[in-house]
Amino acid sequence: MTQRLVIIGVGMASGRMLEHLCDEGADWDVTLFNAEPRGCYNRIMLSPVLAGEKTYEQIVTHDADWYEARGVDCRFGQRVAQIDRSARVVVAENGDRVPYDKLVIATGSSPFIIPLPGHDLEGVIAYRDLEDTQRMMTLGAGKRAVVIGGGVLGLEAAAGMAARGVDVTVVHLMGHLMERQLDAEAGALLRKALVAKGIKVLVSTNSKEIVGKDGHVTALRLDNGTELPCDLLVMAVGIRPNIALAQAAGLDCGRGVTVADDMTTSDADVLALGECVEHRGALFGLVAPLYDQARVAADTLMGRAAVYAPKDVSTKLKVTGCDLFSAGDFASSDAREDILLRDPARSIYKRLVLEGDRVVGAVMYGDTADGPWIYSLIKDGTDVSAMRAALIFGPSYAEAPAPLSRCSLAG
Amino acid sequence: MDGSGLPEVKSTCPYCGVGCGVLLRPDGEGGLDVRGDPDHPANLGRLCSKGSALGETVGLAGRLSAPMVNGAEASWDDALALVAQKFSDTIRDHGPDAAAFYVSGQLLTEDYYVANKLMKGFIGSANIDTNSRLCMASTVAGHKRAFGTDTVPQTYEDLEEADLVVLVGSNLAWCHPVLYQRLLAARKARGAKIVVIDPRRTASCDGADMHLRLAPGSDVALFNRLLTELYEGGAIDKAYLQHTSGFDDALTKAFADDVTVTGLPEADIKAFCKLWMGTEKVVTVFSQGVNQSSSGSDKVNAILNCHLATGRVGKRGCGPLSVTGQPNAMGGREVGGLANMLACHLDLENADHRAAVRDFWNAPQMPEAAGLKAVDMFKAVGEGKIKALWIIHTNPAVSMPDADAVRDAIAGCDFVVVSDITGQTDTARLAHVLLPASAWAEKSGTVTNSDRTISRQRAVLSAPGQCRPDWEILSEVGKHMGWAEAFDYETPAEIFREYAALSGIAGGFGRDFDISGLSDLDDTGYDALEPTRWPVTKARQGGRFFEDGAFFTPDGKGRFLAVQYRAPAAKTGPRYPFRLNTGRIRDQWHTMTRTALSPRLSAHLAEPFVDLHPADAAELCVEAADLLRLRTPQGTAILRARITEDVQRGQVFAPMHWTGETAPSARIDAIVAPVVDPVSGQPESKASVVAVERLDAAWYGFAISAGDLTPDCAYWARARTRAGWRAELAGMTAPEDWEAEARRLFGLPDAEVTVMQDAARGDVRLAFHQDGVLLAALFVAKTPVAVMRDYLAARPGEVVPDILTGRTPADRPDPGPVLCSCFGVGVNTILTAIETDGLMSVEAVGAALNAGTNCGSCRPEIAALLQGIRQKEAAE
Repeated sequence: MTQRLVIIGVGMASGRMLEHLCDEGADWDVTLFNAEPRGCYNRIMLSPVLAGEKTYEQIVTHDADWYEARGVDCRFGQRVAQIDRSARVVVAENGDRVPYDKLVIATGSSPFIIPLPGHDLEGVIAYRDLEDTQRMMTLGAGKRAVVIGGGVLGLEAAAGMAARGVDVTVVHLMGHLMERQLDAEAGALLRKALVAKGIKVLVSTNSKEIVGKDGHVTALRLDNGTELPCDLLVMAVGIRPNIALAQAAGLDCGRGVTVADDMTTSDADVLALGECVEHRGALFGLVAPLYDQARVAADTLMGRAAVYAPKDVSTKLKVTGCDLFSAGDFASSDAREDILLRDPARSIYKRLVLEGDRVVGAVMYGDTADGPWIYSLIKDGTDVSAMRAALIFGPSYAEAPAPLSRCSLAG
Repeated sequence: MDGSGLPEVKSTCPYCGVGCGVLLRPDGEGGLDVRGDPDHPANLGRLCSKGSALGETVGLAGRLSAPMVNGAEASWDDALALVAQKFSDTIRDHGPDAAAFYVSGQLLTEDYYVANKLMKGFIGSANIDTNSRLCMASTVAGHKRAFGTDTVPQTYEDLEEADLVVLVGSNLAWCHPVLYQRLLAARKARGAKIVVIDPRRTASCDGADMHLRLAPGSDVALFNRLLTELYEGGAIDKAYLQHTSGFDDALTKAFADDVTVTGLPEADIKAFCKLWMGTEKVVTVFSQGVNQSSSGSDKVNAILNCHLATGRVGKRGCGPLSVTGQPNAMGGREVGGLANMLACHLDLENADHRAAVRDFWNAPQMPEAAGLKAVDMFKAVGEGKIKALWIIHTNPAVSMPDADAVRDAIAGCDFVVVSDITGQTDTARLAHVLLPASAWAEKSGTVTNSDRTISRQRAVLSAPGQCRPDWEILSEVGKHMGWAEAFDYETPAEIFREYAALSGIAGGFGRDFDISGLSDLDDTGYDALEPTRWPVTKARQGGRFFEDGAFFTPDGKGRFLAVQYRAPAAKTGPRYPFRLNTGRIRDQWHTMTRTALSPRLSAHLAEPFVDLHPADAAELCVEAADLLRLRTPQGTAILRARITEDVQRGQVFAPMHWTGETAPSARIDAIVAPVVDPVSGQPESKASVVAVERLDAAWYGFAISAGDLTPDCAYWARARTRAGWRAELAGMTAPEDWEAEARRLFGLPDAEVTVMQDAARGDVRLAFHQDGVLLAALFVAKTPVAVMRDYLAARPGEVVPDILTGRTPADRPDPGPVLCSCFGVGVNTILTAIETDGLMSVEAVGAALNAGTNCGSCRPEIAALLQGIRQKEAAE
């Protein structure tokens, strides 16, 4: 008998999972709910759309035809109101009741909106979906925007708007930009590069309130009293897993929906994956672990034993044209040794953090070509003592033997 | 100006005493195009690596171009007046022997003649000595004792006509490369045998049939044994003995000697004696390994004894041949540049000779006794007995034994004049008055080589600034001191004619050196003078001496000297367990004032080193590229370790070339004891005793720079490159701030810097750029820095973003240190070609890469590479 599968949420995680199932010829009767009125697109590519480098159509991964060809019942623009676990039914907002044998929750996350006074004014947005992107795209030369948050998303938003001629100021609470991915020195280089693009960057800066007029944002006031006038204010300070539906259904939740290694929730027939889950206390925001989870979830649904094992995370990003890479743990400590490379003229900075004979962390700015190699060294716990002298110059130098001389004598 | 339209000028190479003819043409960029003169009898067109690079050494960088008095530029008039005044005052107040000249085998004969005339005839002292004391004095003494005069009996052609050539204490392959190439070519054609007698395995051993690695200083015992073998083997030429005296005493002494001190296996000694005895045409070539010894004169005579006993002297392909280290060491000997000689091989202490020269010069005063030889001269300077000192074209603060004491003595002397082409030598920095002299390519005169061939040196470049030729400077001082008539020379030709005329007087006394046939040479004839072997008289020209048994002793007989082995003066022991040998390397010459200007010559061995036997290295826990500290009672030196079986256990070898300008810790003569041969006064430069230990530096560095660099650390050695400079560094404490230290080192306070730092490991690398172009880079590590030096050294001035890797990009090979200087071919290039193309011979390497096909100086080293690869393959 054909089993019934209901998926709540269309995103990169559930999209990938569905691909696995279809590719492997699973005979499922699939129903797909999505609150956004569209299919699956690559959210990471919203920045190029904002920058005008790509169109929405170019970033779609699964469109209506794709689902239709696979017999998926798509309920786009339809929210789910309730999960009735005892009846094994999902209840849609419009009252539709869709029974399931297996349910996958992929509700994703929502941007965190700092509850500053004025946060509900018109013109205060997050940077999460196509709508936000399109809102920013309405701005042009002569307009002013403030971005709160100097992480990846905030900087992408700032750079995208700046590229459109908007006068942008980034306000960041921490001492340097992207503090989760970069150390202070790389953060400073990034700041320098942004400033060179005409973006104003304020670090170690607290916001106090959002000022508005006629219900529309007009400025951000800082706690030192400074006012930054703006036509649009973008908050990009983090995300929160969307767990309300799961919580209401009585599934175990922490900050996210609690999942086991096989991606099942506290109910064996209900799986969860993506930014809405919490696995062994960890939340997820980058795409690589989501894809791993999609693989495991597909296996579990297919009845195969599978285990999601979180990996050390490496981040390779291109923020506003600047190549960044970070991996592992690069906090300094007495037990750790740094190898540094600084080439300010070419805006290159690299830092490898070693513990004993192993690389445990890395930050690279400006030239990240060796990132995957360094990441594999971290992941594999490779003993690098023999190639330490050339380690920071990358595999072509560190792994290739060379006729080196130790003094100036021939023969 | 492009010189290509100018005619080539014939001149003479200013390096070793082979005296090769060169054809010079200005290249229009301040340098010279140089090639060997095919018509010169010394080299027949050949040149060695040093001669080939002459064009790179004539630039004006670092030239002294105006007189300096106490560090400030002065006019010639003021400087000359001051020099004359100081010397005159010194003579008046303290007597003539309070003045001294220390001159050089770099001087032309005409310069030498005027210097000698001024000191011995007019100042009235014999305190003129020359750096030839450091290399030739024992041979001079040996020749005089055996022959009555300092006469080289043979000619270079004898090397080609001999059936056996014995090289005693001579690394002919590196120190007289053109003679060695002539020898090898002749051997190939005729099959002559070569025997090397040397404690060290040198490049000359590569083609030798036999190498006797005797104990340092034991040559007398070996040649005494040869003499007894000759006697017992019936090889004594009894007819020739009629022309000699002292054979019996010499033989008795020889029998009393104990050959086991040589440490050689009896079978090897026998084989050598048999070969020598059985080969009529034998040439014994000897050089510094014989001369630079406390028994140097006796060594020379031990060799000469064997030739006299067999009548093998002055014959075609048969006789003793001393080879000299300087272009005009021989001219200096002829002209009386040594403190115990008069001009033209006349004897200072012979009243008749003295009177004749005094009359000829119309000299006011002549000394009656020999002056102070070099070592004693600088002792007297140190003791304050010599109060006015004039040093010309030599660097005794580096080259003398106990060089630190010599340096201090010069620094403490009341009045020091230095004439040189640069003020940037260890010695010139100590002068009160610096006089700018014309350089080799700017000077005109004559030089004599090791086989008595007088060659013209001709000016081809104009002297910069206020530089003047040495004969003119010396004459001006003579005139300023009141002897206007005696020093009223207008041209070097005029001086040469006077000198030739004086030699006629010497000939009248029956001396060998008589070139009176040239005394009426007019200016045109002097200009056109072809290489001419002396003597030149109405009776004879050139040729060999003594085949006829006519000697220059009072009784006309050749003299045997009864000599006996004497050990080197210093004994090894627990405190100083090693024997220190010093000498030359292939591509540097003397204290590098000239050769260090050439990037390609500097690329061969770009830092000073000490050779150490592998077993000794293991005992001292020394690995290749470690630094070693050498300690003697005189002082300490720091040099790079080269671990090699070329030296025997308990012996170390270090080159003599490096100075305070190039590698201050490696001034090797600073730790050589000032022990001299009692007869010749020549220092024992090859047998000091020394303690050796590993130097554990806190950091090691390698630096490259487009501009000059000023290191300041325990060990440093810098060398020229085409792109600027390279330097090896090491220090006992690491600077706090490497970037600040590097900026100071390179003199780059503001340049963009790129840094790589692994602080825990002690690795620091810094590169300085201007608009992307590399200016300088420094590589530091806690152990000797492992980088591709020769690739890096060529990079300043280029855009090299990855310079801090210290390596070539993957697709670009590193040539390695230059082995073939003529074509700039590196070791790695040769090794790769041997391995990938399966090259089997030196000829094949030459055909593939040109390496070794010009001067041939590197051929022994290419052969060694081939040998090494064969051994490696055999082992696999």
